Amino acid sequence: MSTIAAPRSEAAAARRERVRLLLRSPSFLIGATVIVFWLVCAILGSRITPYHPIFDQSSDPSLRPSSAHVFGTDRLGRDVFSRVLAGSRDILIVAPLAVVLSTILGTAFGLVTGYFRGIADDTISRVFDAVLAIPVIVLAVTVVAALGSRSTWAVTVIIATVFAPIIARTVRAAVLAEAQLDYVEAAGLRGERAPYVMFAEILPNVMPPILVEATIRLGYAIFAVATLTFIGFGLQPPSPDWAVQIADNYAYVDQQWWTVLFPGLAIASLVVAVNLVSDSVQQALER
Amino acid sequence: MAQYNHEHGTDRPAVVQYVDWLGGVVRGDLGESLAQERPVWDVLGPALVNSMKLAAFAFLLVVPLGILGGVVAGLRAGRPTDRTITVVGLSLAVVPEFVTGLVLILVFAIWLGWLPVTAQWDEGAGALTQVRYLTLPAIALAIVLFGYIARITRAGVVESLEADYTRTAYLKGLSHATVIRRHVLRNALMPTIAVVATQVGYLVGGLVAIEYLFNYQGLGLMLLHAAQLKDFTVLTAGVLVMGVVYLLATLVADVLFALLNPRIRYGAVE
Repeated sequence: MSTIAAPRSEAAAARRERVRLLLRSPSFLIGATVIVFWLVCAILGSRITPYHPIFDQSSDPSLRPSSAHVFGTDRLGRDVFSRVLAGSRDILIVAPLAVVLSTILGTAFGLVTGYFRGIADDTISRVFDAVLAIPVIVLAVTVVAALGSRSTWAVTVIIATVFAPIIARTVRAAVLAEAQLDYVEAAGLRGERAPYVMFAEILPNVMPPILVEATIRLGYAIFAVATLTFIGFGLQPPSPDWAVQIADNYAYVDQQWWTVLFPGLAIASLVVAVNLVSDSVQQALER
Repeated sequence: MAQYNHEHGTDRPAVVQYVDWLGGVVRGDLGESLAQERPVWDVLGPALVNSMKLAAFAFLLVVPLGILGGVVAGLRAGRPTDRTITVVGLSLAVVPEFVTGLVLILVFAIWLGWLPVTAQWDEGAGALTQVRYLTLPAIALAIVLFGYIARITRAGVVESLEADYTRTAYLKGLSHATVIRRHVLRNALMPTIAVVATQVGYLVGGLVAIEYLFNYQGLGLMLLHAAQLKDFTVLTAGVLVMGVVYLLATLVADVLFALLNPRIRYGAVE
């Protein structure tokens, strides 16, 4: 019993040590604070905003920032501050969901190609190579044009599909290294089936690189969703999403800078925060 | 409707259409634009030239600056200068380029009035005017790439500073400047080349948002219009061209790598 318990508690101690390091890293704390702030805004939505982000059009249009409207009002008389607070909701649903989907897809493909190798690997990996030669945004625009759907669901699934090959490549590399080890061979000799070896033996041991890759992808997913939305192929009005606000108002940027600057700064704060967190998680896991 | 389908060949099976299209592509014939009723090349050609101008300008800005930033950070690894360059560089790299571009437009075009808001010059404008119009979009693209190039260069510098050959060079009695120039920088720049090449592919993607923001008639804006109008001949041709650009960039990087690295150069001969 004690021989099993000893390594377990060692692993637990190592995990606690990682968490302790993470909680002491200033970049993690700053990033996490900003993310939590936007999460709270996303959950509470119009309950905490001074004006309703979509329906309140009672104020004068295009007011400069003042004490009544800290960030001014837009062309329709909506309070920009309320819209910036409410604008985190859609992107914080779409981007993480896309990352979860693409991580599941990518992990499955990475396990299959890395474990079986041979012809399945050659075929799937070459297709992925071809997909990866096309920039993510271009690929997404092409798929949106072909499908003709711009619903929130479509955007989520498209971003997930486009990211899956990138994750599959990382997982495949990790699985290739892992499959050489004795415990995998031992499982094979025990007569275990391939799915069991892949998911019960190899998968737990390649989790750290998968987690790191997923946190990095989250930053890119926000980047991609925002860019797609800005060029008109992502989230659509009347969502108060930040990129929707910018796309709506940037033609009038010379008359009302406040309608684009504040949503822009909000996007910047979120992506920088996510990357600060993923950087520190990466450092803590690779120590 | 049936007549239109017959004229455009869309009444045939998908496989036949695809083989026909593929046959055209290998002969350099990309077909005709569905929306503009003229050859795809006439739409694609000028857009490609415009995008190349913008991309080349952005590269001329970012490659020297990125390498410089990376070298400075690497030589001062762990000190405040290094931290500032690394954190600021990476933070700017993750902000979508349309946001960076918007802030640049606000500050330099609207508040200061130094540069034009859009990137579309009047026809027949001279080279200098074109550069003036392209400055803001090029800076926006360069800002996004700066962090990646600086980070990889920094890692290369740190690694070669710790390498045995650097210690040997110092023990030989070479001056600090010579060691840095001849031994550290040469080796440090190897990974940078590979990264710069992969960033070419990224840059092509970044062009879409930047060209849309600055209303610049390049490949990215052309693709967007084609996607909006469902002009699939132009869309497929544009995606094809982007793939080719990416492959070429990777190839050039491999060749450069071999030229700079004697181990690969001689390894191939033996």
